[in-house]
Amino acid sequence: MSTVDTRLARKPAEYKSDIKPIWCPGCGDYHVLMSFTRAFAQLGLPPEQIVVVSGIGCSSRIPAYTNCYGFHGVHGRSLALAAGLKVTRPDLTVVVASGDGDGYSIGGNHFLHACRRNIDMTYVVMDNRIYGMTKGQPSPTTEPEFDTALSPGGTRVRPFHPLVVALASGANFIARCFSGEPNETAAVLVEAIKHPGFSFIEILSPCVTFRPDEKSWKDLVHPAPVTATTDPGKAARRIMTDDGFNLGILYRGNREPFQPAIGATGVDLSELEKDFEL
Amino acid sequence: MAKLPSISIAIVGSGGAGALTTGNSLLEAACAAGWHGLFTRTLGPQIRGGEAAALVRLAVHPVECLPDRFDLLIGIDWLNAHRFGSEIKVGPGTLVISDPQGGDPPPMVTQSGARVVEIPMKEMAKAIRDGRPNMITLGIAGRLLGLSIEQVVTPIEKRLADKGPAAIEASQSGIKAGFGVAAGIDFGMQLAPPNARATRRWLLSGNEAAALGAIRGGVRFAAAYPITPATEVLEWLAPSLAKVGGVLLQAEDELAAINMIIGSSFGGTPALTATSGPGLSLMIEALGLATSAEIPIVVVDVMRGGPSTGIPTKSEQADLNIAVYGLHGDAPHLVLAPQSIGDCMFTTQWATYLAETLQSPAIVLSDQFMGQARAAIDRPADVAFIGARSVATDIVGAYERYALAANGISPMAIPGTRGGQYTADGLTHSERGIPTSGTADHRAQLDKRRDKLEHFNFGDHWATVEGAGDVAVLTWGSVTSAAREATGRAAADGINVRLIAPRLLLPAQPERMQTALDGVKRILIVEQTHGGQFHRYLRAHYDLPTQVRVLNRPGPLPIMAGEIYRAITEWR
Repeated sequence: MSTVDTRLARKPAEYKSDIKPIWCPGCGDYHVLMSFTRAFAQLGLPPEQIVVVSGIGCSSRIPAYTNCYGFHGVHGRSLALAAGLKVTRPDLTVVVASGDGDGYSIGGNHFLHACRRNIDMTYVVMDNRIYGMTKGQPSPTTEPEFDTALSPGGTRVRPFHPLVVALASGANFIARCFSGEPNETAAVLVEAIKHPGFSFIEILSPCVTFRPDEKSWKDLVHPAPVTATTDPGKAARRIMTDDGFNLGILYRGNREPFQPAIGATGVDLSELEKDFEL
Repeated sequence: MAKLPSISIAIVGSGGAGALTTGNSLLEAACAAGWHGLFTRTLGPQIRGGEAAALVRLAVHPVECLPDRFDLLIGIDWLNAHRFGSEIKVGPGTLVISDPQGGDPPPMVTQSGARVVEIPMKEMAKAIRDGRPNMITLGIAGRLLGLSIEQVVTPIEKRLADKGPAAIEASQSGIKAGFGVAAGIDFGMQLAPPNARATRRWLLSGNEAAALGAIRGGVRFAAAYPITPATEVLEWLAPSLAKVGGVLLQAEDELAAINMIIGSSFGGTPALTATSGPGLSLMIEALGLATSAEIPIVVVDVMRGGPSTGIPTKSEQADLNIAVYGLHGDAPHLVLAPQSIGDCMFTTQWATYLAETLQSPAIVLSDQFMGQARAAIDRPADVAFIGARSVATDIVGAYERYALAANGISPMAIPGTRGGQYTADGLTHSERGIPTSGTADHRAQLDKRRDKLEHFNFGDHWATVEGAGDVAVLTWGSVTSAAREATGRAAADGINVRLIAPRLLLPAQPERMQTALDGVKRILIVEQTHGGQFHRYLRAHYDLPTQVRVLNRPGPLPIMAGEIYRAITEWR
């Protein structure tokens, strides 16, 4: 993260709505919102050309806080909804926002297939390792020993490794960010949006209410010591062996994005009837 | 030799014997020669093998229901025929062709009083290089019905075009041998000559018709997750959408499929998915989202036996409850039901138009019977129902996506439109689309979504209303064809019976139903469910006369015209 391009084509305020977030004071998601508006401003995209799609949870409230088009859908299905939108409207910039419960638990299957499908969109998961909106239940990234009312003494279940899953499933761009570094996060978002295909960014975003211990993340995170690789083998080793706080773009693939041809073909509908003509 | 307006043929065999190919070829031959016809199949759950039966009804007039009894039954073999004995009714008037090498005919044949003629079809096929017994069968059936060899051979030549001349020659020889051996059989009946064609004719299935209707209505995106018996809707759409500049995406599951079409429609592209009961169950949550966020989508549910996995290959009408009542919260939406193969096209096109116009999800309840049956039908007339969504353009000032318009239909901003940015939401929202938990906004938006459907003028397409008299048969879906045949027979006996079949199930149309029922004293409700779901639906939404009888039965056995006719005539 040595060279952060902070030049802005438009003002971040143009991308912010007047709706007051419901997030707790100190929530990491405020900074993610800041990164979104900053990245959009840096790219200079007209707000009406951007769609922010989400599911359910604290993170999924983000679309309405932007001044872009938004879709706050049902729990876990944002990637599917975004796929239907993007293949029929490839002219739009589609950013999908999710959390560790929405994206990795109820939406886990869609995560695999979105990576595999490689449609040109950016998937941002704000990972706070807890279900915040329902007040503190363990998620797929919660540590096994973390004690909650729903899992007294901890889940004793190994956490999910989203970056490895993304790589194995075919994501074309993989990065990790920290909400407490909004400028660096915005810079990664810009790269992710510009990169063709399915880009995945895991943003460590502390839940100060149910995971006050996550306030220590700011001392644990550090920039990745090396630059992004295009070699999935190298990326796998790096992601599998790092400490989970290694920030930056970790993988840049070069797969062709999936985009079927669409638009008027000049074929008359009566052509279709020929299948049935006696 | 009696010349009959309609003759029915059943061809049974174990899987791989070619019964279905024979039945389809017979249908194609007769329909190309100018007759009308219906082909349905009954088969077990095996992917290949198991039991299979082709049920073919040929007629001089359009037919879309099975006969009460088959005139001709050909057993290529009888190995698994007992498994669907109850679905193939034969009687003293039936001619049964049996291969002595194919095992003994089951009791449903031997105890029926049917005349059995033995023909060694397997043996005859062996005498032909690469010969197959089912081509002998096809020749026999063709000859007995009064078709010419050329008429029977032509569709087979088309089917086998890519298998080379040797395969075609083997089949021709088989068909000729079948014609030869059948010349010595006195069937006692033949099809009356076909009527001249008044219009172009199509040969297609209800699933194909539904898919064509969707494209005609404006659908340009489909999301697909395979499920029996709906897959053909999606398989026809995949290449056809591409031809007209649309796209089909295969989803990872039904949850994804329904959300994909919501995304497409939100972006301005009318969208559809097709499924069956288990898939519809998974889609219900997102149907509620489309209701709340007012996103037009179409879901074609090709019903099969339920609950749970049920009988995937056979028909039932038991998804009515989930389609009408399955959504949580107060969630008014559209539910429609086609009544025939041709109507699958009209109703799906109309559903697309209504969904787009009313910014609402529409569920189209088709079923396995008409979905997978093939029939020769007169080309349906073109209709002008093409999706016409109210779209917000040239937006000045604060845009209110969910503004309380007088008709409840608020113009929708499509992404890319400057000044129209809003967040579509499943949360209760204000007119601007901002989440709220306030009483007034909740009530106002519930009212808006109810009123836009209830105040809309759906016109005469809401139902089929035919005939007059103080007795009415009230039915829906594919059962309508059998009911129509029954009321026709009753009319021939001088008993006037009204036929009422709603095509629009939600929103209910109480005033129109009252008009349709004017003067009716007795109602016979006919439906293919175990629990009488349609009866209960009618009770919930309509005022019915005091004299009501219900003829209901679950699948897989179709409700026959004769049963409905008896229920009418015995209720005197």
